[in-house]
Amino acid sequence: MPKIKLNLITGRTIQQGVAMEGGKEKPAYTTACGIIELDPEDFKKLGAYRNTNVRVTSEYGSVVVKAVDATQGPHPGLGWIPMGPWANMVVNPNTYSTGMPTFKGTPVEVEVAKGEPVWDSLTLVTKACRGEI
Amino acid sequence: MAKMVTDVICPFCGTLCDDLEVSVSDDGTKILDVYNACAIGAEKFLHSQAKDRVTRPRMKQEDGSWKEVSYDEAVEYAAKMLADSRKPLMYGWSSTNCEAQAAGTELGEIVGAVMDNTATVCHGTTLIAVQDVGVPSCTLGEILNRADRIVFWGCNPAHAHPRHMSRYSIFPRGFFTGKGAKGRKMVVVDPRVTDTAKTADIHLQIEQGRDFELLTAFRVAFKGEWLPDFVAGIPKKTIYEVADTMKSGRFGILFFGMGVTQSLSKNHNIDQAICVTRDLNEYTKWNIMPMRGHYNVTGSGQVWGWLHGFPYALDLSRGFARYNPGDTTSNDLLVRDEVDAVFVIGSDPGAHFPNRSVKKIWDLPSVCMDPHLTPTTAVCKLHVPVAFVGVETGGCAYRMDNVPIECRKVVDPPEGMLTDLEFLERVVARVKEMKGA
Amino acid sequence: MAEYLIKNGFVYDPVLGIKGDKVDVAVKDGKMVETSALSNPAEIDASGMTVMAGAVDIHAHVAGPKVCVGRNFRPEEKLFRAKPMAGIKRMEGGFSVPTVLKTGYDYARMGFGFVMEAAMPPLYARHVHEEIRDTPIIDEAALPVFGNNWFVLEYLKNHEIENTAAYIAWLLRMTRGFGVKNVNPGGTEAWGWGLNCPTVNDPVPYFDVTPAQIIRGLIEANEYLGLPHCMHVHSNSLGEPGNFTVTLDTLKQAEGIKARNAFGRQQVLHHTHLQFHSYGGESYASKSFESKSKEVIDYVNKQDNITFDLGVVTLDETTTMTADGPFEHHLTELNHLKWVNTDVELETAAGVVPYIYSPKTFIAGAQWAIGLELGLFAKDPMRTFVTTDHPNAGPFIRYPRVYKWLMSKAAREDMLDNVLKYGNTVRDRCYIGEIDREITLFELAQMTRAGPAKALGLEAMFGSLKPGMEGDVAVYPYNPETSEDPEDIELAFSNAQYLIKGGEIVVKEGQIVSNGNKRTFWVNCKVDENPQVERDIAEKFKRYYSVNQGNYEVYAHHYVPNPYVIEVDATQ
Repeated sequence: MPKIKLNLITGRTIQQGVAMEGGKEKPAYTTACGIIELDPEDFKKLGAYRNTNVRVTSEYGSVVVKAVDATQGPHPGLGWIPMGPWANMVVNPNTYSTGMPTFKGTPVEVEVAKGEPVWDSLTLVTKACRGEI
Repeated sequence: MAKMVTDVICPFCGTLCDDLEVSVSDDGTKILDVYNACAIGAEKFLHSQAKDRVTRPRMKQEDGSWKEVSYDEAVEYAAKMLADSRKPLMYGWSSTNCEAQAAGTELGEIVGAVMDNTATVCHGTTLIAVQDVGVPSCTLGEILNRADRIVFWGCNPAHAHPRHMSRYSIFPRGFFTGKGAKGRKMVVVDPRVTDTAKTADIHLQIEQGRDFELLTAFRVAFKGEWLPDFVAGIPKKTIYEVADTMKSGRFGILFFGMGVTQSLSKNHNIDQAICVTRDLNEYTKWNIMPMRGHYNVTGSGQVWGWLHGFPYALDLSRGFARYNPGDTTSNDLLVRDEVDAVFVIGSDPGAHFPNRSVKKIWDLPSVCMDPHLTPTTAVCKLHVPVAFVGVETGGCAYRMDNVPIECRKVVDPPEGMLTDLEFLERVVARVKEMKGA
Repeated sequence: MAEYLIKNGFVYDPVLGIKGDKVDVAVKDGKMVETSALSNPAEIDASGMTVMAGAVDIHAHVAGPKVCVGRNFRPEEKLFRAKPMAGIKRMEGGFSVPTVLKTGYDYARMGFGFVMEAAMPPLYARHVHEEIRDTPIIDEAALPVFGNNWFVLEYLKNHEIENTAAYIAWLLRMTRGFGVKNVNPGGTEAWGWGLNCPTVNDPVPYFDVTPAQIIRGLIEANEYLGLPHCMHVHSNSLGEPGNFTVTLDTLKQAEGIKARNAFGRQQVLHHTHLQFHSYGGESYASKSFESKSKEVIDYVNKQDNITFDLGVVTLDETTTMTADGPFEHHLTELNHLKWVNTDVELETAAGVVPYIYSPKTFIAGAQWAIGLELGLFAKDPMRTFVTTDHPNAGPFIRYPRVYKWLMSKAAREDMLDNVLKYGNTVRDRCYIGEIDREITLFELAQMTRAGPAKALGLEAMFGSLKPGMEGDVAVYPYNPETSEDPEDIELAFSNAQYLIKGGEIVVKEGQIVSNGNKRTFWVNCKVDENPQVERDIAEKFKRYYSVNQGNYEVYAHHYVPNPYVIEVDATQ
């Protein structure tokens, strides 16, 4: 299956904010943040349908999220996962002595992950801490 | 019949809108509707009284399930954990009021904790840059009344500070800005065509992570000196044009956010952004302002500033205050196993720290004070729900421009629920007893 | 409550006229009393020591947003200087911008009972009060700034004194403020466009009112209200060579105006840190720069309605911070050190820049000289107060060093000969070398206690040991009969053996033993209803302020949990 290389950034969205205030254990939060926004060109390279689950992998970790159309593009080569526990499975955690993890600008590989679930935030974090994922 | 509570402060982001109106039931107990808030603020108020609200502390059991406990038991667990630990991390503080922040600091002093707030993953690198070069800034009202050049660099207020542009930065008709948005030029620097960029006069779609180069290129362009054909993906002609636009205004403001604080050059980006602003003051009037995230992260920095002289990453573990980002910051401490207990309040590191740090919280004695269920409450051993500041209890909060505003109490918290301040005061008292003060 | 009898000390009290006699001093239930009123006092043996009322600082920047950014942006100040907690005393940090805890403790160690925060930006009043509340021991108050306030600029353009007065009264209540501060009148509003008003006649852009009009108008409004303190001014062109002419123009605005108040205050203009405003010449170079302290003091001495404080440069690395925004920009362009600026909508601005007054430079030596000259030339110590414009000219912990310089010609000569690299040039360009006067302990008590208390309208409470006053007593390990070394002055006044504050021992044998019970003073001034001003306020909040009027007032109890309110009735 094709794997594409992207530069991953994260950040806020209104949907992330609203869902967060509604409760991170709820499905709306997963819908808002358990996603990666891809530019149409990158979707083509990936060879996947919209709303397919994909696995995003970096040097630091791996996570399954749903691939959706970029809402604030075009940005070919750039992947966007809203800030949250899904993004934090793969972003560069190194602070390089500044105290600040490098949340923006992590090289990642994305491939289709058919049949693999997108966990809700609490399950995701719990499983990750247990070393299950 | 509904009653309207006016002049309500929204406790979500650093925009700290204070013009919300909340209609409550006649007996004052139920929130019926919220006016003037953005979607996020409205959700905060409307969801605060959801039926599935957790109203009592819960302790994680051996088998991973949760058992409800009393506040007294929660105080006991938290006090013992802090009193017994040698170097606890007390993190968060950004979504609560200054009174709770001060009580928490007293607690941190007694137990010798490292105190850190959400700036550590947000504008901490800004604070480092300010310590190097200072910061020419202003209050948000100066922008609505004077500014005719607005730059949003590495931030997306349309999504993160939704009412910012309408209340302060683009649309208002102020004293000297009667034409509103028509009299202003707006520049956005962002690797994506964000919803903010779509409303800008100029969008510089920068190569992600190359802000340091573009910022320094502006400083060169102000002086009319040589530039290469492209910097950070932006053609030099555009750079010179935008530089001229910035110099030709009568009052400019540079807002910036995570795009520059969290990308690789971090504090060096902010250093240059501040120097860009300084340089512009040779030609006209310019200021710069960080778009602070949580509604009271700024307050946490001020409280620690006046009590101990440092705005975050405050290490009290040796009996006097120390500060060294990279050394006394939460993610570094967790990853290097340098803390032996974690106390979280007014924040969600479980969701917003890299998982490598969150794993450490999972392994440690840990307490989380939060009205919500979050990934942090999921990984901690004790979850203490508390009242929402700004909804169920008042208290001081500091806006992104450091202006302090008193949040209002609109309704009572659920029966028997404590506020952050009340819980912390009880823990302080219990710790003092345990330490034989 | 507690009773204390302080015995055998050398007492200096300008109000009672005691000049070093050995007198017993009595405190009971928080107040000074006759010794006969005591029944079973704890005794403090002050043999061989100097006893005075608790000192009063009329001008220091110790609480608020610009102070806090000064702390936060100078982490280097805390390095290697921290004082750990000890007993009830909490951790201390900082040097020129100490934390609030260190501020309270250091003032207590110097025997101070009351400190006036020199400048409060009204929109940030809550911040000022949070810091004041958390500063232990000392009573404090804050002066909101008015000199660049849009309401004041609009009213004074047309000399509308009654409206100005109504607005002042309203703002004092909104901010829980104490009096009228006036910083770089008009110039800081001009700074909103990157401009300034260098002289008293330069009109403010758009508002078209001059600093002279602002100064005179605020004096008149202040007297209309009869506030405890008079208009407190930092005049235009601070720090500029040749600025003494601007200073004289400023002082002249008080001519012909008589003080009107029920608090014993007799002056109508207080000029702060006069040192920075007494410069001659056209540049800082020694061939041009010169002291104009004599010229300025000659004028002050001839008037009877002006008070001032010195603003002595202490030759330290310190942090400048002021509402004179344009000056701070000028300073950072001069020394290229980090610069903070905050323009505050409708009200004011502030700037913060570190500064090193090196004794190896001519100019710092000259500035040092000028501050002292003003104190030594002044004819009335009851109108001349010791400050360092903390932290602008130096940290307040240097006050005892300033006392030493004022009280000892030998100490000054030692500076000129052995410490200042260009001491001889300083002798040439300034008057300091010609002055033999040595301030006496009695005069010092006037300059640090009775004088500032009276100028603040607080002579019924502070500045003296007279029965009925607040129970603020300082005991210094200084023996006026035997001490010969001027260094003793600095050492003793930095390390009070005892401070009784409000009738409670807070410093005992040199150690902090209590966090005290500080009060926040503010002035509640009643005026006639003024619908015009009410409408103007509502309009400006609706259209120009970024906060709602309903959220402006410092109304919640927790900001001012222990208030001392001075009521003023200015209704006609």
